[in-house]
Amino acid sequence: MSVTTKAAPPPLRRPAPKVASPHRGGLLRSAGRALPLTPAVVLLLLFLAGPIVYCAYIAFTDLQLTGQAHSSFVGFDNFREAFRDDAFLNAVWLTLVFTVLSSLVGQNTLGLALAALMQRASKPVRTLVGAVVITAWVLPEVVAGFLLYAFFRREGTLNAILDWLHLPSQNWMFTLPILAVSFANVWRGTAFSMLVYSAALNEIPKEITEAAEVDGAGGWRRMWHITLPMIRRSIGTNLMLNTLQTLSVFGLIWVMTRGGPGDRSQTLPLFMYEQAFQNSMIGYGTAVALLLLVVGSLFSLVYMRLLRTEV
Amino acid sequence: MAVLTRSVRPRSRRSARRLAADAGLLVVTAAFALPLAWVVLSSLDAHADLRVKVPDGVTLSNFDAVMTSDITFTPLLNSLILCGGGTLLTVVCAALAAYPLSRFRSRLNRPFLLTVLFATSLPITAIMVPVYALFVQVNLIDTMQGTIFFFAASQLPFAIWLMKNFMDGVPKELEEAAWTDGASSLQSLIRIVLPLMGPGVAVVTVFSFVMMWGNFFVPFMLLLTPDQMPASVSINEFFGNRGTVVYGQLAAFSVIYSTPVILLYVLVARRLGGGFALGGAVKG
Repeated sequence: MSVTTKAAPPPLRRPAPKVASPHRGGLLRSAGRALPLTPAVVLLLLFLAGPIVYCAYIAFTDLQLTGQAHSSFVGFDNFREAFRDDAFLNAVWLTLVFTVLSSLVGQNTLGLALAALMQRASKPVRTLVGAVVITAWVLPEVVAGFLLYAFFRREGTLNAILDWLHLPSQNWMFTLPILAVSFANVWRGTAFSMLVYSAALNEIPKEITEAAEVDGAGGWRRMWHITLPMIRRSIGTNLMLNTLQTLSVFGLIWVMTRGGPGDRSQTLPLFMYEQAFQNSMIGYGTAVALLLLVVGSLFSLVYMRLLRTEV
Repeated sequence: MAVLTRSVRPRSRRSARRLAADAGLLVVTAAFALPLAWVVLSSLDAHADLRVKVPDGVTLSNFDAVMTSDITFTPLLNSLILCGGGTLLTVVCAALAAYPLSRFRSRLNRPFLLTVLFATSLPITAIMVPVYALFVQVNLIDTMQGTIFFFAASQLPFAIWLMKNFMDGVPKELEEAAWTDGASSLQSLIRIVLPLMGPGVAVVTVFSFVMMWGNFFVPFMLLLTPDQMPASVSINEFFGNRGTVVYGQLAAFSVIYSTPVILLYVLVARRLGGGFALGGAVKG
């Protein structure tokens, strides 16, 4: 009760004796302390861990939408079938193209370029860029899908601009659907990379870049030899998160193309949905989901390693 | 003279560089702004089509046309119930869970937090098919409460992570004084810790809400009755399945549907930036 001097900064952060001794009260006390965790743990177990475990189970069955009573265990059949299925391999390929184009190349590079330019730009321009790019990111998925649909349609804005420049226009959604949805994802997702890289670039001490400048290193060399090595951890985490996010994009593609025309923009999430619901093969669709989840988990583990070295 | 040139030349070079950076950024921004310009201009245009063009005369007729219970009010109310319920559940559970993680040392904290961090970056899209199958079996399919529970669970890992980081920033001394006065942990959490981390709680709340508001796939899978559809799904059903789309109305509805989350985001934007750098985790 003697410690009441508020003005002085608190000395060493030291828990009060009542809290500090873990042995007093023992098991009962730690159980009591863990009590507030219960609602969260119950929710997570029932609605997140549960479905994941269930996913791992039905991926090995032939569960169908109709006649669910007679689903039976089929072992690795679903997976064997998947790797023989051209539609599945097509979806894997498109997912790869979509991820590499929109996440690794598009969002990541454009985000870094914007962040680097913003370091030098004047304040009003910086504010404007931030506002526009972030608005694209905050918009609901479906709205973003509609906006980009309007942009890429034959009668849309992109072709209007190409006409104006006397360049050949085309029906983007038909000729290059995967490219159109990849650009849509870049449009929508770049803000995140921009924010991550802006934060990272702000943390680089001014003296270092100035010293390099005095030594005569040009812009590109400074970027390559100083800036990039210094933010490599941010690059790692950003790549991981972008990739994970892009792997699970559904609404954007669904609104723009429904995976079509044919299956030319059908990435894995859309393929999974089609197998499970349009073809009523829940077991097969889930096997695809499980593969997606495993790939996602691997990325997630790498991301945690990256973050752990940082913390 | 030498001093003068040395002080002037870098400055002019710097301003040239600034101009170049400004120009580059403005070009990219224009590209980003075009689709946004389309939605704003079309919503005010009686003859909107798919191109960006300045309307002949500004009209609110598109807004008038979509302001019906079918198109706007019911879906937005559904969104509000789903996202409000989901957010409330997320924030309450996350605050409770973050408290022992932030306040007491335990051997389980680290594994628990690592699991939570792992879960923040799992692709939730992948588990929607099994969730659907599971919800059919336990009769939660096509129910608001089932969707709310799933929304909350999917947002919880990130919310716990963020909440714990904010809570770590509240000094422990004040609580200890309350404990010596006989307050329980729950009392000190509600009376002392949460009020002190008000902005942090606001960030978690707004972030969870914005994420759920824009989410399409979860309600698309788990809800079947049209009357229960939130705006994210109804907009797609309504405009996607019609032969002729009235683009002006579609744009008007998009504006109505998007405005709340943009405003909310602006409210917490500055703190969210810090939160991201700190917690790093998911978007979308």
